[in-house]
Amino acid sequence: MEAVNLLSSNRYTEKQIGYLFISVLVNSNSELIRLINNAIKNDLASRNPTFMGLALHCIANVGSREMAEAFAGEIPKILVAGDTMDSVKQSAALCLLRLYRTSPDLVPMGDWTSRVVHLLNDQHLGVVTAATSLITTLAQKNPEEFKTSVSLAVSRLSRIVTSASTDLQDYTYYFVPAPWLSVKLLRLLQCYPPPDPAVRGRLTECLETILNKAQEPPKSKKVQHSNAKNAVLFEAISLIIHHDSEPNLLVRACNQLGQFLQHRETNLRYLALESMCTLASSEFSHEAVKTHIETVTNALKTERDVSVRQRAVDLLYAMCDRSNAQQIVAEMLSYLETADYSIREEIVLKVAILAEKYAVDYTWYVDTILNLIRIAGDYVSEEVWYRVIQIVINRDDVQGYAAKTVFEALQAPACHENLVKVGGYILGEFGNLIAGDPRSSPLIQFNLLHSKFHLCSVPTRALLLSTYIKFVNLFPEVKTTIQDVLRSDSQLKNADVELQQRAVEYLRLSTVASTDILATVLEEMPPFPERESSILAKLKKKKGPSTVTDLEEAKRERSADINGGPEPAPASASATSTPSPSADLLGLGAAPPAPVGPPPSSGGLLVDVFSDSPSAVAPLAPGSEDNFARFVCKNNGVLFENQLLQIGLKSEFRQNLGRMFIFYGNKTSTQFLSFTPTLICSDDLRANLSLQTKPVDPTVDGGAQVQQVVNIECVSDFTEAPVLNIQFRYGGTFQNVSVKLPITLNKFFQPTEMASQDFFQRWKQLSNPQQEVQNIFKAKHPMDTEITKAKIIGFGSALLEEVDPNPANFVGAGIIHTKTTQIGCLLRLEPNLQAQMYRLTLRTSKETVSQRLCELLSEQF
Amino acid sequence: MQFMLLFSRQGKLRLQKWYVPLSDKEKKKITRELVQTVLARKPKMCSFLEWRDLKIVYKRYASLYFCCAIEDQDNELITLEIIHRYVELLDKYFGSVCELDIIFNFEKAYFILDEFLLGGEVQETSKKNVLKAIEQADLLQEVLRRQKVAGPF
Repeated sequence: MEAVNLLSSNRYTEKQIGYLFISVLVNSNSELIRLINNAIKNDLASRNPTFMGLALHCIANVGSREMAEAFAGEIPKILVAGDTMDSVKQSAALCLLRLYRTSPDLVPMGDWTSRVVHLLNDQHLGVVTAATSLITTLAQKNPEEFKTSVSLAVSRLSRIVTSASTDLQDYTYYFVPAPWLSVKLLRLLQCYPPPDPAVRGRLTECLETILNKAQEPPKSKKVQHSNAKNAVLFEAISLIIHHDSEPNLLVRACNQLGQFLQHRETNLRYLALESMCTLASSEFSHEAVKTHIETVTNALKTERDVSVRQRAVDLLYAMCDRSNAQQIVAEMLSYLETADYSIREEIVLKVAILAEKYAVDYTWYVDTILNLIRIAGDYVSEEVWYRVIQIVINRDDVQGYAAKTVFEALQAPACHENLVKVGGYILGEFGNLIAGDPRSSPLIQFNLLHSKFHLCSVPTRALLLSTYIKFVNLFPEVKTTIQDVLRSDSQLKNADVELQQRAVEYLRLSTVASTDILATVLEEMPPFPERESSILAKLKKKKGPSTVTDLEEAKRERSADINGGPEPAPASASATSTPSPSADLLGLGAAPPAPVGPPPSSGGLLVDVFSDSPSAVAPLAPGSEDNFARFVCKNNGVLFENQLLQIGLKSEFRQNLGRMFIFYGNKTSTQFLSFTPTLICSDDLRANLSLQTKPVDPTVDGGAQVQQVVNIECVSDFTEAPVLNIQFRYGGTFQNVSVKLPITLNKFFQPTEMASQDFFQRWKQLSNPQQEVQNIFKAKHPMDTEITKAKIIGFGSALLEEVDPNPANFVGAGIIHTKTTQIGCLLRLEPNLQAQMYRLTLRTSKETVSQRLCELLSEQF
Repeated sequence: MQFMLLFSRQGKLRLQKWYVPLSDKEKKKITRELVQTVLARKPKMCSFLEWRDLKIVYKRYASLYFCCAIEDQDNELITLEIIHRYVELLDKYFGSVCELDIIFNFEKAYFILDEFLLGGEVQETSKKNVLKAIEQADLLQEVLRRQKVAGPF
């Protein structure tokens, strides 16, 4: 309270102490805040620059939300008013910046923004400095407003850089003209892309001058001079990297950094290594960066400062590509042996990623990973050795080599547990490949693994038990030995439940099962599907928002076309495959719901029913094609089922209208939250088929069933099927399921009875070649007459008896009802029992209808 | 800049200026950790280190460590120069400054810092201007003090 009183006094000392008190001891006591704000307002309104200065300092130091509310409108006015003193303007600019940082929404953009930009031209360099900081931050959010500042900044910068040392007088710092201002201007320019040619020319000149100055001999021996000079230089290099458009400048920057790599001062070496990391991602300078690899590896070995060594490792990782991958990985491995414990895990991940990405020869990859485990086994996380096993399984050529290497590695007296895990798994799968060699006969393999058994932890032992049962399958000769082991008390009565269970089950399996069953159960692992590498995800998590991982993204995009290695590229594959019309029944054409892409984001689940959001849709559930086919000829049943959810359908159709009831059953005992089913149609489909549905309650209790009604109207004939996408949260995980909804053209089929002459009359009428579609295909199901008849009726057509001269043939007729037209359809199905084939002929008045109906019907038999 | 700390070789905090809102507890925690980390560094090591997600720039002048925390995109070398400039300002003002000066006249140190940096950014880089502003303030103080002493009589 006293302090507030002091604030309102007119004496400078008292005011000063009052403000100091407030800045240090602010709390959100509302009474006081209002009084304080009042006092500050008075001071701001007074024309006394000292008081205004004090008030602004206080606001900037405290910067609370209440203050922002009170003063955010005032301060811009002070800033651009013509009669404010320079020192007050400076403070006002930075004060506004502070308020903007704490409460960006309370600082409105107004016409003061253009005035602020003009402050860049001010005489007083202090004002310019403050204004530049303000504009830099504001421009990041509203780049459009401050675009004009770019040219002003460039001209200011060139004036500073080319000025003689006496021009700027007090703003020259150890013979470097206005270093802080230069750095700030360069930062401001980094907010914008390269400017248009006129301005760009001047900027390039400017940058070249800075680069040239760096080459000149220093004007002073003091470290401050070189620091200031180099600060400007590094900022300029950052700008060059950011623009990434002038190869000349980039190469010069790279060379300059190369010189710094060997500088006496540690600081400069550190910064050079850091800047080079960002430089390495630019295509122009990537080559230039690679030339410094010797220097960098030297630095890695000889630097005494661990943070510098860390930067060197980062740089090696960034500059790695096909040509120097082996060398770099070797260097990183040798560094790993002596590395600091805190950074080992990161290096392990990086080596694993590099080895995988640039492996030309997978034997080298396997060697590298095994070496990795040998050197730093403790830090080899699970993702790494999962990955090596995935790769070995996916690639046949390297399996034998892997088995052999692992076998040899296991013979070392002291192996790391991860090595035992990997070895156990690989020998279990591929031990047969080396069993021919007497040195690695099955019994020896088994003994080798068993010798390590007792030294391992429980998960490893569990894995080894699985390996033993695989051995029983692969090598019957060691069966009895293994059974003895399994039978021993230490397994069957083991304290750990998992081990005990495995031992008991495997023992039983080996005694009871015949060789066939055993072989089927313990068949070799199928290849793993390609997915995004979990190692990369882990590295990203570790590094957080650092530049190295952004580098990774850029590298991946770049190297995706350079090396066609095991990059997960199912996205492009499935998106480009447009099935031909006569192929697969469900030729969806140009709008597949989503390629196998990144997992959907977890927030924002309330998707509008008809919103076309392909990125949030999961790929179609497996088996949805078959289910779809089943529903062509019937209207009720279970559309989709997995462990959590069951989707049932009941539909009825009349002429061109239909109603479908979709039942969602929660098979678990936990609630589904944010349950959102969405119907997705491509634009063409939406034009032809109108779907209306009501939203469903987003919470589905365990064991409950919710119903959704879909009203369907067929506007015109259509070929695609809508997709039902369901997203919900189960437990902590996010679930996303997509199935095709079986609303097909034949649902709007109305059977028409007609006599034989009528049929043939109409058949002749539809003799236009486009109106007829014929398909000859092999029967998928047994050719039973009754079933075929039922299917045709289920399809919607009337089954006409006594029409076709050949009694074995099936003839049908019907009308497809759409809102716009009605299309008559005639069909004839001729079975050939001997060849197990059918010939289906369809004639309708519209070509697309014939096509579609033929497709649909062909799949049914 | 996010914050600036000054501490002695024994780890005693002489000056702290925070440019981001943090609770007292957090401030104490950060200070403790950072002081430990910086004091553990050997003399020949480089002046920058990465800590949490910030960059720390530090320099030792006689018995005092000047430590600044900057964001990822800030320029480290210029921060070193900010530290040096601040030391120069203190030097000019106090005349051959030493740690005792800062301990006994800490409010002046804060005032000088406020004239030089505001809201975490450099406000005025001209040594002359900063010192002039401080001198003016001092003068006002002096005048008012004399007036007070003289009194209304």
